[in-house]
Formats: sequence, C-alpha cells, structure tokens
Amino acid sequence: METIPFSKNTDTAEMLEINFGPQHPSTHGVFRMAVQLEGEKICGLKPVFGYLHRNHEQIAENLPYAAVMPYTDRLDYVNALTNNFGYALAVEKLAGLEVPERAEYIRVIMAELARIVNHIAVIGFMLNDLGAFFTPLLYAFRERERILDIFEGVTGSRLMNNFFRFGGVKHDLTEADLAEIKKIIARFPAFLKEFEDLLTKNEILCMRCQNVGILSAGDAINAGITGPVLRASGVNYDIRKVDGYSIYNRFDFQVPLGKKGDVYDRYYVRILEIRQSLKILEQALAKIPQGEIMNKKALPYLKMPRNFKPPVGEAYGRIESPKGELGFYVVSDGTPQPWRYHVRAPSLINLTALEEMCLGQKVADAIVILGSIDIVLGETDR
Amino acid sequence: MTFGWGVFKGMMVTLKNFVTSYACKRDNGGIFTVQYPEEREKEFENFRNFPFLVYDGTPDKVRCVACGICERECPTKCIHIEMETDAAGKPARKPAVFDIDYGLCMNCGLCEEVCPFDSIFMDCAFEVAAAERLDGLVFHKKALLKSNEYFRKVRPALASAIDQKRKAAEEKKKAQAQPPEAPKPQ
Amino acid sequence: MDIPVSEVKKELEARLPDVKLRAVGNSLLVENPDDLPRVALFLKENPKFLLDYLSSVTGADYLSYLESVYHLYSMAKKHGPVALRVRVPKNKARIPSLVTVYRSAELQEREAYDTFGIIYEEHPDLRRLFMWEDFEGHPLRKDYAQEDSETLEAADIAWLEARGVEVPPEMKEKAKALEAAGQRAVAQKPEKPRN
Repeated sequence: METIPFSKNTDTAEMLEINFGPQHPSTHGVFRMAVQLEGEKICGLKPVFGYLHRNHEQIAENLPYAAVMPYTDRLDYVNALTNNFGYALAVEKLAGLEVPERAEYIRVIMAELARIVNHIAVIGFMLNDLGAFFTPLLYAFRERERILDIFEGVTGSRLMNNFFRFGGVKHDLTEADLAEIKKIIARFPAFLKEFEDLLTKNEILCMRCQNVGILSAGDAINAGITGPVLRASGVNYDIRKVDGYSIYNRFDFQVPLGKKGDVYDRYYVRILEIRQSLKILEQALAKIPQGEIMNKKALPYLKMPRNFKPPVGEAYGRIESPKGELGFYVVSDGTPQPWRYHVRAPSLINLTALEEMCLGQKVADAIVILGSIDIVLGETDR
Repeated sequence: MTFGWGVFKGMMVTLKNFVTSYACKRDNGGIFTVQYPEEREKEFENFRNFPFLVYDGTPDKVRCVACGICERECPTKCIHIEMETDAAGKPARKPAVFDIDYGLCMNCGLCEEVCPFDSIFMDCAFEVAAAERLDGLVFHKKALLKSNEYFRKVRPALASAIDQKRKAAEEKKKAQAQPPEAPKPQ
Repeated sequence: MDIPVSEVKKELEARLPDVKLRAVGNSLLVENPDDLPRVALFLKENPKFLLDYLSSVTGADYLSYLESVYHLYSMAKKHGPVALRVRVPKNKARIPSLVTVYRSAELQEREAYDTFGIIYEEHPDLRRLFMWEDFEGHPLRKDYAQEDSETLEAADIAWLEARGVEVPPEMKEKAKALEAAGQRAVAQKPEKPRN
C-alpha cells in the first residue's frame, strides 16, 4: 500500500485517514479519494486514479486512425458523440479535410443533444448523491430515453455511437428523425420547468448546495478548470464561442454564468445551458441544408482505412464537451497509425481543484462537490 | 416567500407525476415501462449489435470470399478467418473457418463498412447469452451464417439497396460477357 | 484566434534576450529546458499575450529524444494557442515543472512522468498517476517491452504455488529456461501490421 503524501501530519489522535472508494456508490465509478478527517471536517484530500486505466493512448497508437473512433466512444461514455467530434476535428485539422455543410449541421445537432443528455443525467446523479433518491434522476432519465431513441435510430447504438467519420458523418438524418427531434425540443421546456419547480427553489437543495465547494474565478483559471464548473465561477469562457469550431459561430446563443462558484451555481448553470442548447438546436433544425454528408475526398477511406495517411505534422483539436475542454493532440508520421495520440481529458483536469473545494467542508459535502464537478471514470483514467 | 414553499411546490410536482403516470398516454407523461419479454420495444433499422454472414439461397453459397479485410481492420481483432482449399490445395475463395468472438467484439460496425463483398453485416439480435464465458461466446461459421431473407427482414432498407447493387453488378457482368465475337487469344 | 509564432518569438527575444528559441512548425521550441518556467511566466504576465490558461501538457517519444509539449491559451483575451515544446535526451529526462506558474500542470505532469518517465523537477507531488508504485517502465515509450501475459515467469509461479495453484510442468520448464537465459517474458510485437 502506497502512502499518500498529505500536506498535514496525521499523527494527532483526532485526525483520521479514510478511503472513499474505489468501491463506493457515489464516486461515479472506481474513483478513490484518500481523505483526512478531523471529526467530520475534511482536512486533506488526495484523489487516487488508475483503477480503470487501460492505456487508451497506446491502443490508439497501434491502430489506424479510423479504428480509434470506436475507442473514443469509451472515454466519456455518457456522451460518446462529443468525443467523436473532438477526435474527428483533430484529425481533420491534421489532414486538412473539409466537412460538407449538411454534415456540419448534423454534427452540431447530435452534439447538442448529447450535451442535453449529459446535463440532465448529471443533475440527476448529483441529486442522488445529495439524498434526493432517484426521483429527479428518473424524471431526467425519462426525457433522456427519448433522446437515446433518436441516437439509436440514427447512429445504431444508444451509447457507443461511433457516428463521426473524417470528413463527415456515417448516417444521414431523415425527415422523420428531424421531425422527432423537433417534437422532443418542443416538449423539453415544459419538462425543464417541471424539473425546476421540483428543485431550484427547494429549501433543502439550497441549504445543501449554496456556499458549498466554492471555487474562485482566479483559482479555477489557474487550475485549468473548464466547462460548466468554470462558468459557474463567473468566467466567460466557452470554446463554442471562443474558437467557433465547426459552425458554432453561426448560431446565436448566450454563455450562462454563475456568480459564486458554489455547487448551486454549477447546478443552475447546467439548467441554463440546456436552454441554450435547445436554442442552438432550434436554429440548426431551421437552417439545415440538403446535400452530401461525406466529403468526396474522404469517401474511399471508409472502405480502406489503412490508406488514410495524414501528412507529417501535428494538430491539437479541442471542443467544448459537456464536461469541459476535450482536447485531442495527434502527431502523424505519415503512416496509417498515429505516432502520438493524447487526450486532454476534462474530467481528470477538473479534479485538480477538488482538494481546495473540499477543505473545511463536511464529509457529506465532499460527495456533493464531486457530483457537481461531473466526472466519468472512463475519461479520467483512460 | 415563506420557508417550505419550495419543498411544497416540489411535492406538487411529484403528486402530479404520480397521477399522470397512470392517467396519461405513454408519450405524454404516462408510464413507459415495457414488460419485457412479453412486450417488446420497436426495433430500429440502424441498430447494430453483433456481425453475421449473409448467404444467398443455400448455406453453401456464402458471399464471403475469405479475403480477410474485416479480420485485418477489426479494432479488437475478434475475427478469425481461414480460407478453404480444394483437393489440389488451391484456395477456393470460401471461408473454411470463420469465427467471431462475441466476448471481444465491441459492436463498432467497422467490418460491415470495409467489406467489399457485401457479406458481413451487423445484426439486430441482442439476446445472445452463453453458459460459458470463453468458448461459449465464440461463434463459428455455422452459427454466423444467416440467409438473405433474414437480412431483408431485420434491415429492409439496407438489404434492398444491397440487393439492387448486386443485381446491377451481375447484369453488367453478364453484358460484358455477352459479345460472342470476341477475338480468341492465340 | 491564432497568435502567429513569429510574433511571440520576436517579443520573447526582445524581452528575454538570453533565452534561445526556435520555431518548429507552428510551435516554439525552448532550446534549454531550464528557461521554460521563465518563458511561461513571461507569456502569462505579459499584457500583450496574457496566456493565463495551460490547456494541455503531454510527452512524446521521438526515439532519439523525449519531448514535452504545452498548449497555452488566454482566457482573458480569448486567444491562443501558443504551443511550447522542450526536448530532452532519454537518459537525462529532466524538465523544470510548471506547477508554480500553472496549477493545471499538476496532474498532467504526473501523467507524463508516469507514461514517459520525464522527471519534472520541483513538482510538489511527483508520483505515478495511473500505474501502481512498483510498476516497471514507462508504457508510452516506444521501446517499452510489453509483458507476455501467456508466459509465466519464475516469480509468478512461486506466487501461484504459494497460494496452492497447480502449475503445468511445461510452463515451469519454460520459466526455468527464461530465468537461466536471464530474460523476461516479453510479448513479441509485430514489426508492422499483418498484410
């Protein structure tokens, strides 16, 4: 057993060292926190990783570019579509491939649906950790199920979509699919209102979440925190706005911001982000053009993935995944396999600030704070 | 606002959901539990699970020519193919062994995408269970072979497109083979 | 919004004249690793760039040397990236840590240490991130030899037998032969993909 180098000494009689996880229902997988306690107060906390490590990067370095796509599904398995998006973006940057207009719209529609799925699931799971046992989660899953049906009908799988291809997407959205998505979007605001009636003003939720796990804007930036957690701290940084990758610069949407950076703000920023995603979806569905879904130049590589050899060079593609900034760093040496492939996983790097969010809080709060950061162990441990 | 109003409002939401789940229709807030296996969800045509091999007519007329492209491109290397040889030891362009380890397969569908002979496709069947963990999940050629009729049943749109494509290719081949006055080689 | 590398280089050369820099593709190579924290701090605090956010730290193995790549962005000015890279020889892979400048490097440098064996000096807590403490080697290096999971070594057999597991004699013989030859059970990597 290795020793965890806590900053404080544990030799006093009041100090207690315990392990949260790796088998613990509220660590969202096999994540372990070594915690130092004084009574119920947290005095030190170190995350321990690696229980789900499978060396994703080396697997990818031994496979052709196209065969890595199904493996990226398994990073953040709650929203495989955005992982596909990031990887496709990085490789297209490397190979200089253009994506047809219709495919871009399909990508945005699918990615925003995935964001909605992720955010409602996360809010549900966070409330589960809080003790609101399964009621909000199942309300969320009821809506999630409809979106997953779309995913299943379009991509062929509910979770492991493997939908994006370099230079396009695998399947087209039919008129029936588009009508179904429109129906979902139309009924979503009513669900969100119900969800908010249930939660937002609930006194118990407010007491448990407000002023818990506060992270200041400066600390968040320095620790590389991204995504809703960063925006809850009041930093206006959304890569969809900043980079405007794909066709996000054509849509009109706001970046919701929190004020304090506590757990409640993170919850509320996610609710507001779902509203913005719905706004993007409405615009995308209104404007989606007819046309090709694959770049003609990339078409032969579908049949022969080993002929796809991007020119020597490197590319860093990043997207705003629902968890934060998901970056893919790909180096090509002109062979069918990437020489170096690296994933900048938001779930891992958002945990950098976990200790300072938890210090001085109670044990029960640590679980809520972890739930509000929103990690998926498939991505954290890779 | 008085303390407790938020909790009360939340309770009203749960009460409303309790009532609507019995009173409303399935797609309108009602219960949507499916009593599997008596009831079943509708299946999506695009849904993919594990690969299978298509044959035309009788099981000995497999489309697969054992070229090994799917074996090579499979990311998890779960396919194993050996080509059949005839009595003289010449390769017969037919698989003698075609195994897929369902325990390894990750349902990505790349084999279907790369196959140039329209032979391997993803199946919709999901009730695949075995009593054994290792050998029980390795499916051999006999279990993998399924007729074109079955393919047409589970994935009608794709199957009819493939059938048309194959028919057109066959006619083209026939038309090319037609000219009888082709000069004989010396 | 991209920042041209030449502009960053010009500014750095004017303000930090003793730092040797070279433009490599779309990135800046800091020739002497010891200069890296100074360069990073300058880019972070210079009002023209204000690169306050370190997005990604990663290692890479180029056979003759190891590399550490940093992607910097600015949240204040919403531009970037500026990619910095540092090259070190394999037998002396030591790079000063950037944790004092950017805390986001903390876990990522641990990951690069774990997978490439690059030692980040003055890192507050440089342990392996994913592997366990006794793990030998660094798995993302190109010369990393993967253990053959089907062949048992003498130590494995001793471990199994101590727990009452019967080991087939041919496996024992193989392990003995390996031990006599002073070799480890290493998986044979194919030189290139089949076909």
